[in-house]
Amino acid sequence: MTALTPSPRLNREARLATADAMPQRGFFARNRYLLARRASQILVLALFLTGPLFGVWIAKGTIASSMTFDVLPLTDPLMLVQMLAARHWPEGLALIGAVIVAVFYALVSGRTYCSWVCPINPVTDLAFWTREKLGLQAKGWQPRPGTRHFILAMVVVVSALTGAIAWELVNPITMAFRAVVFGSTAALTFVAAVFLFDLFVARRGWCSHLCPVGAFYGLLGSGALLRISAGRRAACDHCMDCYGVCPEPHVISPALEGAKKGLSPVILSRDCTACGRCIDVCDRHVFRFTHRFDVSETAEGGTHRSNCSGEKP
Amino acid sequence: MSSEPKTPDGLLSPERRKVLETAARGVVGAAVAGVALTAHQKSAEALPTLAIRPPGALADETKFLSACVRCGLCVRACPYDTLKLADLGDRVAGGSPYFIARTVPCEMCEDIPCVKACPTGALDHALVDINRAKMGTAVLVDEENCLNFLGLRCDVCYRDCPVIDKAITLELESNPRTRKHAIFRPTVHAEHCTGCGKCEKSCVLEEAAIKVLPLKVARGELGRHYRLGWEEYKKNQGPLIKDVIDLPDRAPNDVTPPSGVPDAPPIIDPTKMKGWKP
Repeated sequence: MTALTPSPRLNREARLATADAMPQRGFFARNRYLLARRASQILVLALFLTGPLFGVWIAKGTIASSMTFDVLPLTDPLMLVQMLAARHWPEGLALIGAVIVAVFYALVSGRTYCSWVCPINPVTDLAFWTREKLGLQAKGWQPRPGTRHFILAMVVVVSALTGAIAWELVNPITMAFRAVVFGSTAALTFVAAVFLFDLFVARRGWCSHLCPVGAFYGLLGSGALLRISAGRRAACDHCMDCYGVCPEPHVISPALEGAKKGLSPVILSRDCTACGRCIDVCDRHVFRFTHRFDVSETAEGGTHRSNCSGEKP
Repeated sequence: MSSEPKTPDGLLSPERRKVLETAARGVVGAAVAGVALTAHQKSAEALPTLAIRPPGALADETKFLSACVRCGLCVRACPYDTLKLADLGDRVAGGSPYFIARTVPCEMCEDIPCVKACPTGALDHALVDINRAKMGTAVLVDEENCLNFLGLRCDVCYRDCPVIDKAITLELESNPRTRKHAIFRPTVHAEHCTGCGKCEKSCVLEEAAIKVLPLKVARGELGRHYRLGWEEYKKNQGPLIKDVIDLPDRAPNDVTPPSGVPDAPPIIDPTKMKGWKP
Protein backbone atom coordinates (compact mmCIF):
# COMPACT_ATOMS: atom_id res chain seq x y z
CA MET A 1 0.00 0.00 0.00
CA THR A 2 2.89 2.35 0.60
CA ALA A 3 3.67 2.33 -3.10
CA LEU A 4 0.36 4.00 -3.83
CA THR A 5 0.39 7.68 -4.53
CA PRO A 6 -1.53 9.56 -1.90
CA SER A 7 -5.12 10.41 -2.82
CA PRO A 8 -6.46 13.96 -2.68
CA ARG A 9 -8.04 13.10 0.66
CA LEU A 10 -4.62 12.26 2.10
CA ASN A 11 -3.33 15.51 0.72
CA ARG A 12 -6.01 17.27 2.61
CA GLU A 13 -5.22 15.41 5.82
CA ALA A 14 -1.56 16.22 5.40
CA ARG A 15 -2.38 19.82 4.79
CA LEU A 16 -4.60 19.91 7.84
CA ALA A 17 -1.83 18.41 9.92
CA THR A 18 0.38 21.32 9.07
CA ALA A 19 -2.49 23.74 8.98
CA ASP A 20 -1.56 27.10 10.23
CA ALA A 21 -4.69 29.00 10.88
CA MET A 22 -7.80 26.99 10.12
CA PRO A 23 -9.55 25.60 13.18
CA GLN A 24 -10.51 21.95 12.89
CA ARG A 25 -14.17 21.59 12.00
CA GLY A 26 -16.20 18.75 13.39
CA PHE A 27 -17.61 15.78 11.50
CA PHE A 28 -21.07 17.27 11.42
CA ALA A 29 -19.88 20.60 10.09
CA ARG A 30 -17.89 18.88 7.37
CA ASN A 31 -20.78 16.59 6.33
CA ARG A 32 -23.89 18.64 6.94
CA TYR A 33 -25.31 18.53 3.44
CA LEU A 34 -24.12 15.00 2.80
CA LEU A 35 -26.07 13.82 5.84
CA ALA A 36 -29.06 15.93 4.83
CA ARG A 37 -29.00 14.40 1.36
CA ARG A 38 -28.79 10.85 2.69
CA ALA A 39 -31.69 11.64 4.99
CA SER A 40 -33.65 13.02 2.05
CA GLN A 41 -32.91 9.96 -0.10
CA ILE A 42 -33.90 7.61 2.69
CA LEU A 43 -37.04 9.66 3.37
CA VAL A 44 -38.15 9.34 -0.25
CA LEU A 45 -37.88 5.55 -0.04
CA ALA A 46 -39.40 5.49 3.44
CA LEU A 47 -42.52 7.30 2.22
CA PHE A 48 -43.10 4.37 -0.15
CA LEU A 49 -42.13 1.72 2.38
CA THR A 50 -44.41 2.54 5.30
CA GLY A 51 -47.30 1.00 3.37
CA PRO A 52 -45.87 -2.41 2.53
CA LEU A 53 -44.03 -2.67 5.86
CA PHE A 54 -46.47 -1.21 8.37
CA GLY A 55 -49.71 -0.79 6.45
CA VAL A 56 -49.54 3.00 6.75
CA TRP A 57 -49.83 4.24 3.19
CA ILE A 58 -48.18 7.55 2.47
CA ALA A 59 -46.94 7.24 -1.09
CA LYS A 60 -47.92 4.45 -3.45
CA GLY A 61 -46.21 3.49 -6.67
CA THR A 62 -42.60 4.23 -7.49
CA ILE A 63 -40.47 7.19 -8.46
CA ALA A 64 -41.78 6.74 -12.03
CA SER A 65 -45.30 7.62 -11.00
CA SER A 66 -46.86 7.80 -7.58
CA MET A 67 -49.87 8.81 -5.54
CA THR A 68 -49.28 10.44 -2.16
CA PHE A 69 -52.09 10.25 0.39
CA ASP A 70 -54.36 9.29 -2.53
CA VAL A 71 -54.48 12.93 -3.62
CA LEU A 72 -51.12 14.06 -4.94
CA PRO A 73 -50.10 12.46 -8.25
CA LEU A 74 -46.44 12.74 -9.23
CA THR A 75 -44.99 11.44 -12.48
CA ASP A 76 -41.49 11.55 -13.88
CA PRO A 77 -41.69 14.08 -16.72
CA LEU A 78 -39.04 12.20 -18.72
CA MET A 79 -41.40 9.23 -18.64
CA LEU A 80 -44.11 11.48 -20.06
CA VAL A 81 -41.76 12.71 -22.79
CA GLN A 82 -40.97 9.13 -23.82
CA MET A 83 -44.65 8.22 -23.66
CA LEU A 84 -45.58 11.09 -25.94
CA ALA A 85 -42.70 10.16 -28.28
CA ALA A 86 -44.18 6.65 -28.36
CA ARG A 87 -47.50 8.29 -29.33
CA HIS A 88 -49.53 7.44 -26.26
CA TRP A 89 -51.67 10.20 -24.80
CA PRO A 90 -51.92 9.45 -21.07
CA GLU A 91 -54.78 9.80 -18.63
CA GLY A 92 -55.04 13.05 -16.71
CA LEU A 93 -53.35 11.73 -13.57
CA ALA A 94 -50.03 11.14 -15.28
CA LEU A 95 -50.22 14.48 -17.07
CA ILE A 96 -50.95 16.46 -13.90
CA GLY A 97 -48.27 14.53 -12.01
CA ALA A 98 -45.65 15.21 -14.65
CA VAL A 99 -46.52 18.90 -14.79
CA ILE A 100 -46.22 19.22 -10.99
CA VAL A 101 -42.81 17.54 -10.97
CA ALA A 102 -41.57 19.47 -14.00
CA VAL A 103 -42.63 22.83 -12.58
CA PHE A 104 -41.03 22.02 -9.23
CA TYR A 105 -37.64 21.09 -10.66
CA ALA A 106 -37.72 23.87 -13.26
CA LEU A 107 -38.26 26.40 -10.49
CA VAL A 108 -36.20 24.96 -7.65
CA SER A 109 -33.23 23.17 -9.16
CA GLY A 110 -33.24 20.53 -11.86
CA ARG A 111 -30.52 18.28 -10.62
CA THR A 112 -31.51 18.30 -6.99
CA TYR A 113 -33.39 15.26 -8.32
CA CYS A 114 -29.99 13.60 -8.77
CA SER A 115 -28.44 14.52 -5.46
CA TRP A 116 -31.40 14.61 -3.10
CA VAL A 117 -33.92 12.11 -4.48
CA CYS A 118 -32.40 9.56 -6.87
CA PRO A 119 -31.62 6.19 -5.24
CA ILE A 120 -28.66 5.65 -7.57
CA ASN A 121 -26.83 8.64 -6.12
CA PRO A 122 -25.75 6.81 -2.93
CA VAL A 123 -24.61 3.92 -5.12
CA THR A 124 -22.35 5.99 -7.32
CA ASP A 125 -21.20 8.04 -4.34
CA LEU A 126 -20.22 4.77 -2.68
CA ALA A 127 -18.35 3.78 -5.84
CA PHE A 128 -16.49 7.09 -5.74
CA TRP A 129 -15.71 6.70 -2.04
CA THR A 130 -14.45 3.16 -2.68
CA ARG A 131 -12.25 4.44 -5.49
CA GLU A 132 -10.66 6.89 -3.10
CA LYS A 133 -10.23 4.28 -0.38
CA LEU A 134 -8.63 1.89 -2.85
CA GLY A 135 -6.44 4.71 -4.09
CA LEU A 136 -7.57 4.21 -7.68
CA GLN A 137 -6.01 7.12 -9.50
CA ALA A 138 -6.92 6.49 -13.10
CA LYS A 139 -10.01 8.38 -14.17
CA GLY A 140 -10.73 5.63 -16.64
CA TRP A 141 -13.04 6.29 -19.53
CA GLN A 142 -14.24 9.87 -19.37
CA PRO A 143 -16.95 10.45 -21.97
CA ARG A 144 -17.26 13.92 -23.42
CA PRO A 145 -19.49 16.45 -21.64
CA GLY A 146 -22.21 16.23 -24.29
CA THR A 147 -22.51 12.45 -24.14
CA ARG A 148 -25.47 12.35 -21.77
CA HIS A 149 -27.43 14.67 -24.02
CA PHE A 150 -26.79 12.39 -26.98
CA ILE A 151 -28.02 9.47 -24.86
CA LEU A 152 -31.09 11.48 -23.83
CA ALA A 153 -31.85 12.22 -27.48
CA MET A 154 -31.28 8.55 -28.31
CA VAL A 155 -33.76 7.47 -25.63
CA VAL A 156 -36.47 9.74 -27.03
CA VAL A 157 -35.73 8.66 -30.61
CA VAL A 158 -35.82 4.96 -29.70
CA SER A 159 -39.11 5.53 -27.87
CA ALA A 160 -40.50 7.11 -31.01
CA LEU A 161 -39.15 4.37 -33.28
CA THR A 162 -40.23 1.39 -31.21
CA GLY A 163 -43.45 2.99 -29.98
CA ALA A 164 -42.68 2.03 -26.39
CA ILE A 165 -41.07 3.70 -23.38
CA ALA A 166 -37.47 2.75 -24.10
CA TRP A 167 -35.39 3.82 -21.12
CA GLU A 168 -37.45 1.84 -18.62
CA LEU A 169 -35.91 -1.38 -19.93
CA VAL A 170 -32.52 -0.46 -18.54
CA ASN A 171 -33.17 2.40 -16.14
CA PRO A 172 -31.19 1.58 -12.97
CA ILE A 173 -33.02 4.32 -11.04
CA THR A 174 -36.46 2.76 -11.21
CA MET A 175 -34.92 -0.71 -10.92
CA ALA A 176 -33.29 0.25 -7.64
CA PHE A 177 -36.54 1.82 -6.51
CA ARG A 178 -38.59 -1.25 -7.37
CA ALA A 179 -36.02 -3.45 -5.69
CA VAL A 180 -36.56 -1.61 -2.43
CA VAL A 181 -40.28 -0.93 -2.67
CA PHE A 182 -41.51 -4.01 -4.57
CA GLY A 183 -38.75 -6.49 -3.80
CA SER A 184 -37.73 -7.00 -7.43
CA THR A 185 -34.23 -7.80 -6.30
CA ALA A 186 -32.95 -9.46 -9.49
CA ALA A 187 -33.05 -6.04 -11.12
CA LEU A 188 -30.33 -4.98 -8.68
CA THR A 189 -27.95 -6.57 -11.19
CA PHE A 190 -28.23 -3.35 -13.17
CA VAL A 191 -27.56 -1.28 -10.06
CA ALA A 192 -24.51 -3.41 -9.30
CA ALA A 193 -23.37 -2.90 -12.88
CA VAL A 194 -23.56 0.87 -12.41
CA PHE A 195 -21.56 0.59 -9.19
CA LEU A 196 -18.84 -1.53 -10.80
CA PHE A 197 -18.80 0.69 -13.86
CA ASP A 198 -18.19 3.74 -11.69
CA LEU A 199 -15.65 1.92 -9.60
CA PHE A 200 -13.49 0.34 -12.26
CA VAL A 201 -14.36 1.72 -15.69
CA ALA A 202 -15.08 5.40 -15.35
CA ARG A 203 -14.71 7.72 -12.41
CA ARG A 204 -18.06 9.44 -11.78
CA GLY A 205 -19.03 7.67 -14.98
CA TRP A 206 -22.75 7.11 -14.66
CA CYS A 207 -24.27 10.10 -12.91
CA SER A 208 -21.89 12.71 -14.23
CA HIS A 209 -21.40 11.52 -17.79
CA LEU A 210 -24.01 9.09 -19.05
CA CYS A 211 -27.33 9.15 -17.22
CA PRO A 212 -29.99 10.63 -19.53
CA VAL A 213 -32.35 11.19 -16.60
CA GLY A 214 -29.82 13.50 -14.98
CA ALA A 215 -29.27 15.20 -18.32
CA PHE A 216 -33.03 15.70 -18.64
CA TYR A 217 -33.41 17.20 -15.18
CA GLY A 218 -30.35 19.38 -15.84
CA LEU A 219 -31.99 20.79 -18.96
CA LEU A 220 -35.27 21.16 -17.11
CA GLY A 221 -33.59 23.19 -14.37
CA SER A 222 -31.47 25.39 -16.63
CA GLY A 223 -33.10 28.50 -15.22
CA ALA A 224 -33.88 27.18 -11.76
CA LEU A 225 -33.61 29.45 -8.74
CA LEU A 226 -31.77 27.46 -6.09
CA ARG A 227 -28.03 27.80 -6.70
CA ILE A 228 -24.76 27.57 -4.90
CA SER A 229 -22.65 30.70 -4.86
CA ALA A 230 -18.92 31.04 -4.26
CA GLY A 231 -19.77 34.25 -2.48
CA ARG A 232 -16.59 34.29 -0.42
CA ARG A 233 -14.33 33.36 -3.31
CA ALA A 234 -11.90 36.01 -2.22
CA ALA A 235 -11.14 33.79 0.80
CA CYS A 236 -10.33 30.76 -1.36
CA ASP A 237 -6.87 29.32 -0.72
CA HIS A 238 -6.99 27.00 -3.74
CA CYS A 239 -6.82 23.82 -1.71
CA MET A 240 -8.89 22.10 -4.43
CA ASP A 241 -11.01 20.23 -1.93
CA CYS A 242 -14.22 21.36 -3.62
CA TYR A 243 -13.00 20.12 -6.98
CA GLY A 244 -12.10 16.84 -5.34
CA VAL A 245 -15.56 16.13 -3.98
CA CYS A 246 -17.69 17.76 -6.67
CA PRO A 247 -19.40 15.24 -8.96
CA GLU A 248 -19.39 17.86 -11.72
CA PRO A 249 -16.15 19.78 -11.03
CA HIS A 250 -16.33 21.81 -14.24
CA VAL A 251 -19.22 23.82 -12.81
CA ILE A 252 -17.07 25.33 -10.07
CA SER A 253 -14.33 27.16 -11.90
CA PRO A 254 -16.40 29.84 -13.70
CA ALA A 255 -17.81 30.92 -10.34
CA LEU A 256 -14.78 30.37 -8.13
CA GLU A 257 -12.07 31.65 -10.47
CA GLY A 258 -14.18 34.08 -12.46
CA ALA A 259 -13.70 37.18 -10.37
CA LYS A 260 -11.09 38.64 -12.70
CA LYS A 261 -13.24 37.96 -15.76
CA GLY A 262 -16.14 39.66 -14.06
CA LEU A 263 -18.13 36.42 -13.83
CA SER A 264 -20.84 35.95 -11.24
CA PRO A 265 -19.91 34.02 -8.11
CA VAL A 266 -23.11 32.00 -8.55
CA ILE A 267 -22.67 28.51 -10.00
CA LEU A 268 -25.04 28.80 -12.92
CA SER A 269 -24.19 25.60 -14.81
CA ARG A 270 -27.20 23.34 -15.27
CA ASP A 271 -24.90 20.39 -14.48
CA CYS A 272 -24.57 21.45 -10.83
CA THR A 273 -26.53 18.97 -8.73
CA ALA A 274 -26.80 21.37 -5.76
CA CYS A 275 -25.52 18.60 -3.54
CA GLY A 276 -23.80 21.08 -1.27
CA ARG A 277 -20.70 18.95 -0.92
CA CYS A 278 -18.48 21.95 -1.76
CA ILE A 279 -20.06 23.85 1.12
CA ASP A 280 -19.34 20.89 3.39
CA VAL A 281 -15.67 20.49 2.60
CA CYS A 282 -14.62 24.10 2.28
CA ASP A 283 -12.73 25.16 5.40
CA ARG A 284 -12.89 28.78 4.31
CA HIS A 285 -16.66 28.95 3.94
CA VAL A 286 -16.45 30.05 0.35
CA PHE A 287 -19.73 28.48 -0.78
CA ARG A 288 -23.30 28.89 0.30
CA PHE A 289 -26.79 28.06 -0.92
CA THR A 290 -28.58 31.02 -2.41
CA HIS A 291 -30.74 31.99 -5.39
CA ARG A 292 -29.46 32.59 -8.88
CA PHE A 293 -29.84 36.37 -8.77
CA ASP A 294 -27.82 36.79 -5.56
CA VAL A 295 -24.48 37.98 -6.88
CA SER A 296 -23.40 39.50 -3.58
CA GLU A 297 -19.91 38.73 -2.41
CA THR A 298 -18.15 38.87 0.88
CA ALA A 299 -14.55 39.99 1.02
CA GLU A 300 -11.92 37.83 2.68
CA GLY A 301 -12.18 37.96 6.42
CA GLY A 302 -15.49 39.74 6.31
CA THR A 303 -17.91 38.38 8.84
CA HIS A 304 -21.04 39.87 7.33
CA ARG A 305 -22.43 39.19 3.94
CA SER A 306 -22.21 42.29 1.84
CA ASN A 307 -25.45 43.32 0.33
CA CYS A 308 -23.90 45.55 -2.26
CA SER A 309 -24.17 43.87 -5.59
CA GLY A 310 -21.04 42.44 -7.11
CA GLU A 311 -20.24 42.32 -10.78
CA LYS A 312 -23.06 41.46 -13.11
CA PRO A 313 -22.50 38.30 -15.08
CA MET B 1 -8.00 17.02 -53.37
CA SER B 2 -7.98 20.77 -53.76
CA SER B 3 -4.63 22.41 -54.31
CA GLU B 4 -5.84 25.72 -52.93
CA PRO B 5 -4.33 26.71 -49.62
CA LYS B 6 -6.64 25.96 -46.74
CA THR B 7 -8.08 28.95 -44.97
CA PRO B 8 -8.32 28.62 -41.20
CA ASP B 9 -12.10 28.95 -41.33
CA GLY B 10 -12.50 26.62 -44.30
CA LEU B 11 -14.19 23.26 -44.33
CA LEU B 12 -11.17 21.46 -43.02
CA SER B 13 -10.07 23.94 -40.40
CA PRO B 14 -9.00 22.20 -37.20
CA GLU B 15 -11.77 23.78 -35.15
CA ARG B 16 -14.40 22.72 -37.59
CA ARG B 17 -12.97 19.22 -37.83
CA LYS B 18 -13.09 18.96 -34.08
CA VAL B 19 -16.71 20.02 -33.93
CA LEU B 20 -17.64 17.59 -36.69
CA GLU B 21 -15.68 14.80 -35.08
CA THR B 22 -17.34 15.39 -31.72
CA ALA B 23 -20.75 15.46 -33.35
CA ALA B 24 -20.02 12.30 -35.32
CA ARG B 25 -18.78 10.51 -32.22
CA GLY B 26 -21.81 11.50 -30.26
CA VAL B 27 -24.31 10.65 -32.98
CA VAL B 28 -22.71 7.34 -33.92
CA GLY B 29 -22.16 6.34 -30.30
CA ALA B 30 -25.74 7.17 -29.40
CA ALA B 31 -26.97 5.38 -32.53
CA VAL B 32 -25.08 2.19 -31.62
CA ALA B 33 -26.52 2.29 -28.12
CA GLY B 34 -29.89 3.08 -29.64
CA VAL B 35 -29.78 0.03 -31.90
CA ALA B 36 -28.97 -2.17 -28.91
CA LEU B 37 -31.79 -0.60 -26.90
CA THR B 38 -34.21 -1.01 -29.82
CA ALA B 39 -33.31 -4.68 -30.15
CA HIS B 40 -33.73 -5.11 -26.40
CA GLN B 41 -37.09 -3.33 -26.58
CA LYS B 42 -38.30 -5.54 -29.41
CA SER B 43 -37.34 -8.73 -27.60
CA ALA B 44 -38.95 -7.44 -24.40
CA GLU B 45 -42.26 -7.32 -26.23
CA ALA B 46 -42.30 -11.11 -26.54
CA LEU B 47 -44.61 -11.69 -23.61
CA PRO B 48 -44.63 -15.33 -22.45
CA THR B 49 -48.03 -16.90 -23.13
CA LEU B 50 -48.66 -17.67 -19.47
CA ALA B 51 -48.02 -14.09 -18.32
CA ILE B 52 -51.34 -12.28 -18.32
CA ARG B 53 -51.70 -8.51 -18.26
CA PRO B 54 -54.18 -6.88 -15.84
CA PRO B 55 -57.75 -6.15 -16.95
CA GLY B 56 -58.05 -3.35 -19.47
CA ALA B 57 -54.41 -3.60 -20.53
CA LEU B 58 -54.01 -2.17 -24.02
CA ALA B 59 -54.30 -5.22 -26.24
CA ASP B 60 -51.22 -4.67 -28.34
CA GLU B 61 -48.10 -5.33 -26.24
CA THR B 62 -46.14 -2.49 -27.86
CA LYS B 63 -49.04 -0.14 -27.23
CA PHE B 64 -49.14 -1.29 -23.62
CA LEU B 65 -45.42 -0.65 -23.22
CA SER B 66 -45.83 2.81 -24.72
CA ALA B 67 -48.11 3.67 -21.83
CA CYS B 68 -47.02 1.63 -18.82
CA VAL B 69 -44.51 3.51 -16.64
CA ARG B 70 -43.98 0.51 -14.32
CA CYS B 71 -45.13 2.47 -11.30
CA GLY B 72 -46.88 -0.48 -9.68
CA LEU B 73 -49.97 1.49 -8.66
CA CYS B 74 -52.14 -1.30 -10.12
CA VAL B 75 -50.23 -3.81 -8.00
CA ARG B 76 -50.89 -1.71 -4.91
CA ALA B 77 -54.58 -1.41 -5.84
CA CYS B 78 -55.07 -5.16 -6.30
CA PRO B 79 -56.75 -6.50 -3.13
CA TYR B 80 -55.80 -10.11 -3.83
CA ASP B 81 -52.08 -9.70 -4.51
CA THR B 82 -52.72 -11.14 -7.93
CA LEU B 83 -50.60 -8.66 -9.82
CA LYS B 84 -46.87 -8.40 -9.54
CA LEU B 85 -44.19 -6.36 -11.22
CA ALA B 86 -41.85 -8.20 -13.53
CA ASP B 87 -38.39 -8.63 -12.14
CA LEU B 88 -35.29 -9.21 -14.21
CA GLY B 89 -35.42 -12.80 -15.44
CA ASP B 90 -39.22 -13.05 -15.52
CA ARG B 91 -39.02 -12.59 -19.29
CA VAL B 92 -41.74 -9.96 -19.02
CA ALA B 93 -40.74 -6.36 -19.82
CA GLY B 94 -38.98 -5.17 -16.65
CA GLY B 95 -41.23 -3.66 -14.00
CA SER B 96 -44.48 -4.16 -15.90
CA PRO B 97 -47.48 -5.75 -14.15
CA TYR B 98 -48.67 -9.26 -14.90
CA PHE B 99 -50.05 -12.35 -13.24
CA ILE B 100 -49.79 -16.09 -13.69
CA ALA B 101 -53.30 -17.54 -13.55
CA ARG B 102 -52.17 -20.89 -12.18
CA THR B 103 -50.52 -19.10 -9.24
CA VAL B 104 -53.08 -16.39 -8.42
CA PRO B 105 -55.90 -15.70 -10.85
CA CYS B 106 -57.78 -12.41 -11.25
CA GLU B 107 -60.76 -12.23 -8.92
CA MET B 108 -62.61 -9.84 -11.22
CA CYS B 109 -63.40 -7.06 -8.70
CA GLU B 110 -66.52 -5.24 -9.78
CA ASP B 111 -64.98 -1.81 -9.26
CA ILE B 112 -61.74 -2.80 -11.08
CA PRO B 113 -59.39 -0.91 -8.71
CA CYS B 114 -56.28 -1.71 -10.75
CA VAL B 115 -57.65 0.07 -13.80
CA LYS B 116 -58.74 3.06 -11.72
CA ALA B 117 -55.29 3.33 -10.17
CA CYS B 118 -53.45 3.37 -13.50
CA PRO B 119 -52.24 6.95 -14.02
CA THR B 120 -51.35 6.61 -17.69
CA GLY B 121 -54.18 4.64 -19.25
CA ALA B 122 -51.99 1.61 -19.95
CA LEU B 123 -54.97 -0.06 -18.31
CA ASP B 124 -57.77 1.44 -20.36
CA HIS B 125 -60.12 3.49 -18.20
CA ALA B 126 -62.87 2.80 -20.73
CA LEU B 127 -63.22 -0.62 -19.12
CA VAL B 128 -65.90 -0.16 -16.46
CA ASP B 129 -67.59 -3.57 -16.59
CA ILE B 130 -65.19 -6.30 -15.51
CA ASN B 131 -67.26 -8.86 -17.42
CA ARG B 132 -66.11 -7.18 -20.60
CA ALA B 133 -62.43 -7.57 -19.74
CA LYS B 134 -60.32 -9.45 -22.25
CA MET B 135 -57.16 -10.45 -20.42
CA GLY B 136 -56.98 -13.47 -22.68
CA THR B 137 -59.24 -16.41 -23.17
CA ALA B 138 -59.40 -19.84 -21.59
CA VAL B 139 -58.71 -22.74 -23.91
CA LEU B 140 -59.16 -26.39 -23.02
CA VAL B 141 -55.77 -27.26 -24.37
CA ASP B 142 -55.56 -30.90 -23.36
CA GLU B 143 -58.65 -32.93 -24.23
CA GLU B 144 -56.75 -36.15 -23.64
CA ASN B 145 -56.19 -35.51 -19.95
CA CYS B 146 -59.22 -33.41 -19.03
CA LEU B 147 -61.21 -35.55 -16.60
CA ASN B 148 -64.52 -34.51 -18.14
CA PHE B 149 -63.27 -35.59 -21.54
CA LEU B 150 -62.37 -38.94 -20.00
CA GLY B 151 -66.01 -39.29 -19.03
CA LEU B 152 -65.59 -38.37 -15.36
CA ARG B 153 -67.53 -35.64 -13.67
CA CYS B 154 -64.95 -33.11 -12.59
CA ASP B 155 -66.62 -29.88 -13.79
CA VAL B 156 -64.41 -27.82 -11.49
CA CYS B 157 -63.42 -25.29 -14.15
CA TYR B 158 -67.06 -24.88 -15.08
CA ARG B 159 -68.18 -24.48 -11.45
CA ASP B 160 -65.41 -22.00 -10.67
CA CYS B 161 -66.00 -19.82 -13.70
CA PRO B 162 -67.25 -16.36 -12.60
CA VAL B 163 -69.18 -16.18 -15.88
CA ILE B 164 -70.56 -19.72 -15.52
CA ASP B 165 -72.88 -20.96 -18.28
CA LYS B 166 -71.76 -18.16 -20.54
CA ALA B 167 -67.97 -18.35 -20.69
CA ILE B 168 -67.87 -22.07 -19.97
CA THR B 169 -70.73 -24.45 -20.70
CA LEU B 170 -70.93 -28.20 -20.40
CA GLU B 171 -71.88 -29.75 -23.70
CA LEU B 172 -73.48 -33.16 -23.58
CA GLU B 173 -71.96 -35.89 -25.70
CA SER B 174 -72.07 -39.64 -25.83
CA ASN B 175 -69.09 -41.43 -24.35
CA PRO B 176 -67.70 -43.60 -27.17
CA ARG B 177 -65.65 -45.71 -24.71
CA THR B 178 -68.52 -47.05 -22.63
CA ARG B 179 -71.20 -46.49 -25.25
CA LYS B 180 -73.73 -45.84 -22.52
CA HIS B 181 -72.37 -42.92 -20.50
CA ALA B 182 -72.18 -39.25 -21.23
CA ILE B 183 -69.29 -36.84 -21.61
CA PHE B 184 -69.85 -33.37 -20.26
CA ARG B 185 -67.50 -31.46 -22.47
CA PRO B 186 -66.34 -28.12 -20.90
CA THR B 187 -66.62 -25.64 -23.72
CA VAL B 188 -65.24 -22.10 -23.60
CA HIS B 189 -67.10 -19.34 -25.37
CA ALA B 190 -64.45 -16.71 -25.95
CA GLU B 191 -67.04 -14.01 -26.47
CA HIS B 192 -67.88 -14.16 -22.76
CA CYS B 193 -64.54 -15.27 -21.34
CA THR B 194 -62.64 -12.49 -19.53
CA GLY B 195 -59.42 -14.46 -19.20
CA CYS B 196 -59.47 -14.21 -15.41
CA GLY B 197 -57.84 -17.62 -15.09
CA LYS B 198 -60.00 -19.04 -12.30
CA CYS B 199 -60.57 -22.18 -14.40
CA GLU B 200 -56.86 -22.67 -14.93
CA LYS B 201 -56.21 -22.14 -11.24
CA SER B 202 -58.88 -24.62 -10.21
CA CYS B 203 -58.07 -27.40 -12.69
CA VAL B 204 -57.42 -30.44 -10.54
CA LEU B 205 -54.74 -31.93 -12.76
CA GLU B 206 -51.03 -31.66 -11.97
CA GLU B 207 -50.73 -29.41 -15.00
CA ALA B 208 -53.90 -27.57 -15.94
CA ALA B 209 -55.75 -28.95 -18.95
CA ILE B 210 -57.48 -25.59 -19.37
CA LYS B 211 -55.27 -22.54 -19.71
CA VAL B 212 -55.71 -18.85 -20.29
CA LEU B 213 -53.89 -17.82 -23.42
CA PRO B 214 -53.43 -14.43 -25.07
CA LEU B 215 -56.17 -13.77 -27.59
CA LYS B 216 -53.76 -13.54 -30.46
CA VAL B 217 -52.47 -17.02 -29.62
CA ALA B 218 -55.81 -18.61 -28.81
CA ARG B 219 -58.10 -17.24 -31.45
CA GLY B 220 -58.47 -17.65 -35.15
CA GLU B 221 -59.93 -14.92 -37.26
CA LEU B 222 -62.13 -15.16 -40.33
CA GLY B 223 -61.02 -13.27 -43.36
CA ARG B 224 -62.82 -9.95 -43.43
CA HIS B 225 -64.38 -10.79 -46.75
CA TYR B 226 -65.83 -14.01 -45.37
CA ARG B 227 -69.60 -14.31 -45.01
CA LEU B 228 -71.40 -17.12 -43.23
CA GLY B 229 -74.21 -18.17 -45.57
CA TRP B 230 -76.76 -19.01 -42.92
CA GLU B 231 -76.28 -15.74 -41.10
CA GLU B 232 -76.52 -13.75 -44.31
CA TYR B 233 -79.69 -15.72 -45.04
CA LYS B 234 -81.15 -14.67 -41.70
CA LYS B 235 -80.15 -11.04 -42.15
CA ASN B 236 -81.61 -10.96 -45.62
CA GLN B 237 -84.75 -12.90 -44.64
CA GLY B 238 -84.02 -15.21 -47.53
CA PRO B 239 -81.33 -16.12 -50.03
CA LEU B 240 -79.09 -13.30 -51.22
CA ILE B 241 -79.37 -14.49 -54.80
CA LYS B 242 -82.87 -15.08 -56.03
CA ASP B 243 -84.12 -18.05 -58.01
CA VAL B 244 -81.36 -20.38 -56.89
CA ILE B 245 -82.48 -23.97 -57.13
CA ASP B 246 -81.82 -25.62 -53.78
CA LEU B 247 -81.32 -29.30 -54.36
CA PRO B 248 -82.38 -31.59 -51.49
CA ASP B 249 -79.57 -32.40 -49.05
CA ARG B 250 -78.59 -36.02 -48.73
CA ALA B 251 -79.16 -36.82 -45.10
CA PRO B 252 -80.11 -39.78 -42.95
CA ASN B 253 -83.71 -40.06 -41.86
CA ASP B 254 -83.16 -39.16 -38.23
CA VAL B 255 -81.78 -35.76 -39.12
CA THR B 256 -84.24 -32.93 -39.03
CA PRO B 257 -84.75 -31.11 -42.25
CA PRO B 258 -82.85 -27.83 -42.63
CA SER B 259 -84.57 -25.45 -40.29
CA GLY B 260 -85.91 -23.23 -42.99
CA VAL B 261 -82.37 -22.34 -43.99
CA PRO B 262 -80.79 -23.90 -47.06
CA ASP B 263 -77.64 -25.90 -46.34
CA ALA B 264 -78.03 -25.50 -42.59
CA PRO B 265 -75.85 -27.92 -40.64
CA PRO B 266 -77.77 -31.07 -39.68
CA ILE B 267 -79.13 -30.89 -36.19
CA ILE B 268 -79.25 -34.12 -34.27
CA ASP B 269 -82.58 -34.49 -32.61
CA PRO B 270 -82.13 -36.51 -29.41
CA THR B 271 -85.78 -37.58 -29.48
CA LYS B 272 -85.19 -39.48 -32.70
CA MET B 273 -81.99 -41.19 -31.62
CA LYS B 274 -83.43 -44.58 -30.65
CA GLY B 275 -81.79 -46.65 -33.32
CA TRP B 276 -78.54 -44.68 -33.28
CA LYS B 277 -75.30 -46.64 -32.96
CA PRO B 278 -71.92 -45.11 -32.57
